[in-house]
Amino acid sequence: MSQPPLLSVQDLSVAFAQGGGQSVAVDHISFDIAKGETIALVGESGSGKSVSALSVLKLLPYPSASHPSGKILFEGADLLVMSEKQLRQVRGNKITMIFQEPMTSLNPLHTIEHQIVEILKLHQGMADRAAKARTLELLNEVGIRDPQKRLDAYPHQLSGGQRQRVMIAMALANEPELLIADEPTTALDVTVQAQILELLAGLKSRKGMSMLFITHDLGIVRKIADRVCVMTKGKIVETGPTKDIFANPQHPYTRHLLAAEPKGKPPAANTDAKPVMTGTDIKVWFPIKQGFFRRTVDHVKAVDGIDVTVRAGQTLGVVGESGSGKTTLGLALARMISSTGTIRFNGRDINQLTFNAMRPLRRELQIVFQDPFGSLSPRMSIAEIIEEGLKIHEPKLSPDERDDKVADVLKEVGLDPATRNRYPHEFSGGQRQRVAIARAMVLNPRFVMLDEPTSALDMSVQAQVVDLLRNLQAKHDLAYLFISHDLKVIRALANDVIVMRNGQIVEAGPSRQIFENPQTDYTRALISAAFKIETAPVGIVSE
Amino acid sequence: MSEASVTAGVVPERMPRPFLSPLNKRRLQNFKANRRGYWSLWIFLVLFVLSLFAEFIANDKPIIASYKGEILFPVMVAYPEEKFGGFYAVTDYRDPVIQDEINANGWMIWPPIRYSYQTVNNAIPEAAPAKPSWEYDAKVRCNQYPQGAADPACIVGNWNWLGTDDQARDVLARVIYGFRISVLFGLILTAGSALIGVCAGALQGYFGGWTDLLFQRFIEIWSAIPVLYLLLIVAAILPPGFFILLGLMLLFSWVALVGVVRAEFLRARNFEYVNAARALGVPNRTIMFRHLLPNAMVATLTFLPFLLSGSISTLTSLDYLGFGLPPGSASLGELLKQAQRNLNAPWLGISGFVVISLMLSLLVFVGEATRDAFDPRKTFK
Repeated sequence: MSQPPLLSVQDLSVAFAQGGGQSVAVDHISFDIAKGETIALVGESGSGKSVSALSVLKLLPYPSASHPSGKILFEGADLLVMSEKQLRQVRGNKITMIFQEPMTSLNPLHTIEHQIVEILKLHQGMADRAAKARTLELLNEVGIRDPQKRLDAYPHQLSGGQRQRVMIAMALANEPELLIADEPTTALDVTVQAQILELLAGLKSRKGMSMLFITHDLGIVRKIADRVCVMTKGKIVETGPTKDIFANPQHPYTRHLLAAEPKGKPPAANTDAKPVMTGTDIKVWFPIKQGFFRRTVDHVKAVDGIDVTVRAGQTLGVVGESGSGKTTLGLALARMISSTGTIRFNGRDINQLTFNAMRPLRRELQIVFQDPFGSLSPRMSIAEIIEEGLKIHEPKLSPDERDDKVADVLKEVGLDPATRNRYPHEFSGGQRQRVAIARAMVLNPRFVMLDEPTSALDMSVQAQVVDLLRNLQAKHDLAYLFISHDLKVIRALANDVIVMRNGQIVEAGPSRQIFENPQTDYTRALISAAFKIETAPVGIVSE
Repeated sequence: MSEASVTAGVVPERMPRPFLSPLNKRRLQNFKANRRGYWSLWIFLVLFVLSLFAEFIANDKPIIASYKGEILFPVMVAYPEEKFGGFYAVTDYRDPVIQDEINANGWMIWPPIRYSYQTVNNAIPEAAPAKPSWEYDAKVRCNQYPQGAADPACIVGNWNWLGTDDQARDVLARVIYGFRISVLFGLILTAGSALIGVCAGALQGYFGGWTDLLFQRFIEIWSAIPVLYLLLIVAAILPPGFFILLGLMLLFSWVALVGVVRAEFLRARNFEYVNAARALGVPNRTIMFRHLLPNAMVATLTFLPFLLSGSISTLTSLDYLGFGLPPGSASLGELLKQAQRNLNAPWLGISGFVVISLMLSLLVFVGEATRDAFDPRKTFK
């Protein structure tokens, strides 16, 4: 390339002061971004990719963070030695950033008009009227329908995808040279993710911006990036054009990442197996109350008349976008929230039982939650966490017998029993999810509801957890209700699938039939968004 | 798995669980890292433990006496005067006649300060309030004793180190007893209000909904009752006393913690690990104790030292106004009131001020260090 690169990161290191010592988060990395190019930084959590991106704008928590070496040249000037005043000219103006979490990166107290206009006034000194006109133009550009009506909306009135679009509009407001996107689609549904990626790619080519795209998802990289930098443990281990990396990975870590997708297929559904959990006409309606006397005028129908059957040794996958009611359905079946309809568990109707009457049944009816960071109490050692259920359901066990059971179950989920007196924060995400699975398994359940157990995990860890769940199921003849928005995981594990939307079943059937021969547009849109990252025509899926 | 694992399971070596969880270890370190708070805690503890044994430090009775071959413990047992040849029901060991009688037939060991908080010094050199004894020379100091400076009672044990108040009672003795009663009052009140406040806040936060709504409205009305008027009314009906005062204050002081605890429980009751515990069938009571209370404990413990110093100053101000402890009790508030009435006797005001401000500062420093210790974002080099 004869033209000098727009951004050149040279030999950059980032270190954090930690209790007297220093831990190095980024270790001598270098990469260039040319004008109009998209570079993807790929790596698992903890690889230092977000820290690298944040250091471009000097957004790290200085002075506890420091740069022992390196330069970041933007249009020839070193950002690391710039004064705070000069930096402000670059931030939000020439280099802008969109973050992962659209829920928290917009100020909930201001309308979206206010938030976009603020940027325009600040950096371009626009007058009120011009700024408003430009805001409308921007909202149009990022594909928000009826932008005129949306100007006065507050962030909570928008969906996640719309919020991310507003974030993008804010980032584009000053026609930046470089857009840094830090996992911009991770918190979104697959269908919305496809739409946002398409939007970003379109904007980039129209405006001639460069983009630094940070993600852990290789599918996205393949779709959007020109070149890829693979990061692990603070180092870039491989750099190259996207095609080459995917066709011919050189470094073992890249190969490991590429091979990490959940694999394997479950056997065909066995309709002769004994049903463990049967739900008939399950409804969860939340009343909408209005007026002085709080009369119920309508209902939010989170789950609206659903029939499910989960059989021993089989997995029923429940898929759908967020807000489709899939988690609500799972919680209703596990009697964590009240519902109407009949829930038969082991042939017994349990929907009328009180909390106390449910207690003996809880042992056979377990839940594994989505977030392994939130579902383990930070104040209890993992032995205490796992034995909590034993103390209730097998109160006669002596402390030593309990300890043996805890050690056994830890071994079964692939953790070292010697670590059982440690606390959750000493474990990685994948290990924590194993602890959460061990907590359910130690009670020897018949039915386990798995609420997105893999979606907070890195791709390669997801595959391991899926393998673990499959082995446990085969060994103990467990019935799984597997809730996920991730169709790759569902395909690897589920025998039967139901597709949900707005509280109702759109399509149900054996897994193979759903994936190979989907009957409805909605299912087809979900599948193409998940496997090919393609958008569906307007109106089929949510925005 | 269940049967197989119990019988055939390989027993891995058992490790004793560490006494302190890593989190608590870190907190202890953080607490110690705040040197001021750490030292304040030690000074406060030493003072408090010493004051618990006030009877052995400042008293108008000997600690041990030997009389006609019998070992007596006048500090603990009230011997009638008949025992020493008198006729009163209570022995006044400060009476020279009794002293001579005991010394003639044995010996006695006195505490370092020979006054209790109620003891009136009949031999003050000038009209009460008298200056601290070290302000006088020996002759003046003992001019009221029958034999002047040569009197056997003219000794250091009979000094008034901080002078006397306007009823000729020893200020140092009153300060020591006053410190004890203030701290005890504060501790019991704090413990009581923490217990009630945490329970009430926990129930409200955990169950939410109507429970929360009704309870909150009740608290709003309850805390609008003017405590001072109530104290005045009750003082007209019931005899004032330590426990009546404590009970009355407790009726209103528990409200302080409810808000904090309730907020913590409201926040944490939908945490995933709480839901996970519910899914295991853990009863509500256990969830509240094991999973939610530790969350609220941080806020509560941070609050406690400030609640303690608050209760102490409330007691002092009630005493000052005359609605506190019954007349004659050792109270710091009463000392301040005397100081105000006797501006010519600065030792009253200075003693009262130093003791109260020392006590409150120590507690506030300890409170600060506790807050630091529980702050997860605080880092020390």
